[in-house]
Amino acid sequence: MEKKLALQMRGITKRFGPVLANNHVDLDVYQGEILAVLGENGCGKTTLMNMLAGIYFPDEGRILINGEEVVISSPKDAFDHRIGMIHQHFKLVDLFTAAQNIILGMEDHGRYNLKEVNVQVSAIAEKYGFHLDPQKKVYEMSVSEKQTVEIIKVLYRGADTLILDEPTAVLTPQEIDRLFAVLRKMKEDGKSVIIITHKLNEVLEVSDRVAILRKGEHIATVQTAETSEAQLTEMMVGKKVELTIDRPEPVNSTPRLFVKHLNLYDEEHVRVLRDITFTANGGEILGIAGIAGSGQKELLEAISGLQPLESGEIVFRNPKKDRPVTFFHKSMKKVQELGREHAFHDGNGREVTFEGMSRSAVRKLVESGKVLFKEDETINLRDKTPLEIRQLGVHLSFVPEDRLGMGLVGSMDLTDNMMLRSYRKGAAGFLDRGKPRALAEQIIEELQIVTPGVSTPVRRLSGGNVQKVLVGREIAYAPKVLMAAYPVRGLDINSSYTIYHLLNQQKESGVAVIFVGEDLDVLLALCDRILVLNGGAVTGIVDARTATKEEIGLLMTKTESREGGEAREE
Amino acid sequence: MNIWLDFFIDSLAFGATFIYGSTGEILTEKAGHLNLGIPGIMCMGGAGGCLMLNLIGNSSLPGFLVVILGILGSFCAAMLMGLIYAFLTVTLRANQNVTGLALTTFGAGLMKVLMKKADPVVYLVGPKQLFRFPFAGRTDSLQRLGVLFFLAVAVAVLASWVLFRTRVGLNLRAVGESPATADAVGINVTRYKYLATMCGGGIAGLGGFFYIIDYMASQEAYLSLEAFGWLSIALVIFALWRPHLTILGSTVFGLLFSCSSYIANIPGVTVTMAAKPVLKMLPYAVTILVLIITSVRNKRENQPPASLGLSYFREER
Repeated sequence: MEKKLALQMRGITKRFGPVLANNHVDLDVYQGEILAVLGENGCGKTTLMNMLAGIYFPDEGRILINGEEVVISSPKDAFDHRIGMIHQHFKLVDLFTAAQNIILGMEDHGRYNLKEVNVQVSAIAEKYGFHLDPQKKVYEMSVSEKQTVEIIKVLYRGADTLILDEPTAVLTPQEIDRLFAVLRKMKEDGKSVIIITHKLNEVLEVSDRVAILRKGEHIATVQTAETSEAQLTEMMVGKKVELTIDRPEPVNSTPRLFVKHLNLYDEEHVRVLRDITFTANGGEILGIAGIAGSGQKELLEAISGLQPLESGEIVFRNPKKDRPVTFFHKSMKKVQELGREHAFHDGNGREVTFEGMSRSAVRKLVESGKVLFKEDETINLRDKTPLEIRQLGVHLSFVPEDRLGMGLVGSMDLTDNMMLRSYRKGAAGFLDRGKPRALAEQIIEELQIVTPGVSTPVRRLSGGNVQKVLVGREIAYAPKVLMAAYPVRGLDINSSYTIYHLLNQQKESGVAVIFVGEDLDVLLALCDRILVLNGGAVTGIVDARTATKEEIGLLMTKTESREGGEAREE
Repeated sequence: MNIWLDFFIDSLAFGATFIYGSTGEILTEKAGHLNLGIPGIMCMGGAGGCLMLNLIGNSSLPGFLVVILGILGSFCAAMLMGLIYAFLTVTLRANQNVTGLALTTFGAGLMKVLMKKADPVVYLVGPKQLFRFPFAGRTDSLQRLGVLFFLAVAVAVLASWVLFRTRVGLNLRAVGESPATADAVGINVTRYKYLATMCGGGIAGLGGFFYIIDYMASQEAYLSLEAFGWLSIALVIFALWRPHLTILGSTVFGLLFSCSSYIANIPGVTVTMAAKPVLKMLPYAVTILVLIITSVRNKRENQPPASLGLSYFREER
């Protein structure tokens, strides 16, 4: 069957100052198809689509709809041409109900009648298989519900072309399946669907054709059925990329951090962590999976001392070097006893059991200082300040949604940001700028951070580079526990792999790595164990080598309805 | 008996100053702009109205026309101030707080200059009776509720209706909550911000006009006007950003203000000289209390508009 062209972009060029975001891009969209626009971060996917949605205006080029040239200079023009875009960061008014959001900005046809709108919204939801209460306020909704509102908003305006920007980034596997089912229904309905993504598996699963962008240029458009993951990556990155994440076997894995029965309430007295218990081991990556807002942030903040605990313990175990046994603390009897229990060694890997030795021989041996034992320090982090916790080597490299929100100061340069961790050093009130500068230079070189220099404000770097600066700085201070939340959020394949590699290096050097991630494929490939959070409680800790995506997805959602309802009542 | 009624009516009448000021500020804040220039705008509204009356006071225009022209003069002068604020903060994206404070200083100063040019005999003594209803002349107190008082109540109720019951109101609230969202659905954000700021300014200006020409009806009234502008801004929080609630809040404030002058007249109550300043302090102390109480509530619906005080620039990433 010959498909009809719905939309054409010809020679589209867009510049932001000296940066060329799109360079003569051509793109065709047919009716009744799902087109994936694939590319790394900063390749101009979103910019290109924003020009269809009327957010940006192209500097050069033409846009044709059904063969006719059109000018889209505002979002309203886009709606008039039946184009609707669902942005990555939802554009919804939290305080309004779903229905109010949906009719927002519509021209006044007849009376302002919300009841009628509620009925119409429910009808659209039913047609495409959504579940949505039109009278629910957006701030009470889950991410997936918000996305539903966005999609219905676009459909309500009669859009024939839907553009979805990274629609799956925040959804669970089950929700993604549901979304894809809806998209297929729209396709059958004759609508054109464009999804912007950098996840290859989704491209292959749902799209009919794939357009690949690289550095603002259109590389190729291929039929999904005729391509492969490797081919797509190669076109996307411009070179062959190894797509497997290393997972070295943990060596000398020793418990580092014990979290016991942790409970936490937020400012509004809603319980955000419920009886959390787990152990993080050195030389191991512990993944934390869960729907956004299940308590990941609070858990990491609690460990680093930023949240006052309701109850529970966080015990940090700090293995010390070998210490010689003395009779200062222990009696002869106790020393012999401990020896029989394999507590002592001679520093060359041999145990000292004192077997068959007389008391005087034992005394002589011990006093010569050749009998050693490992002394562990256990410290309850509960009573420590965040600074003390940091000095123990528990480092939080927190990368929240807003990349610059925690950890880095956007308007300060790289050196100054390094100094945020070392400002207490230096003599008599004067700052030592030399070492932080050297560190900044070292991080730039080792992590291949693209920046004009160490004195560039961090805000001006691209997202990937910002994250590398943050992770690089935390690693530079030789942590014993490294916590990274969403360190690859929004990063392209190359930068993501650099970060994975960094985490693996830390793991191999004996650091206990806690990795909060959102992409289950990555969690399964990178981590040794995965802890699943659900509504602030641990619903399972699974072995990442044997677990499946579906298993984790279920753990992420299994008691959602009960927990959700309870949380709302509180 | 009569004392209590006088007390209440006087408070109601006084409250109209705040109803205008707060309703104007609410409209502006709903568009996401914190206009600290309201005191200055109220001053200019007062000056504008008085100058207009000064111009036409000696003419033989019919009474109702004088009233309407006075109101228009006041509204337009204040709206111009709103326009200056909108141009600076919407188009040039200047800092809203600084702009507002500058506007207050500017408005209060300019008013003092302008009012010196006006002749109190022309703008005040002649026209002030026109703003009272003739049929309310039966008792001393009831006549104090004049044209501008009922206009204030009507404006507040109308503003609430527009904000919460119409499409325009929905769009305006969306602009104040999340301009990017409003923009993405095709609402002309700049136009809404300008309109809200200018209408809000104009309405607030009427408060100044009312205070000088009706409530105080004295030629020194304009000198004490600025303080009530600040209280109007505080009252916005008390009214939970709902114009119709400003009627209630304004009455409470009015009661507190009038209290010091009426309490001595209540039989059986003696007020010492020392107690007077304390009574006069009451409204301000209550303002602080109200601010404390209202800031601990945490219901989402009762919070200020989410993007209050933030400039919006479409292509900013």
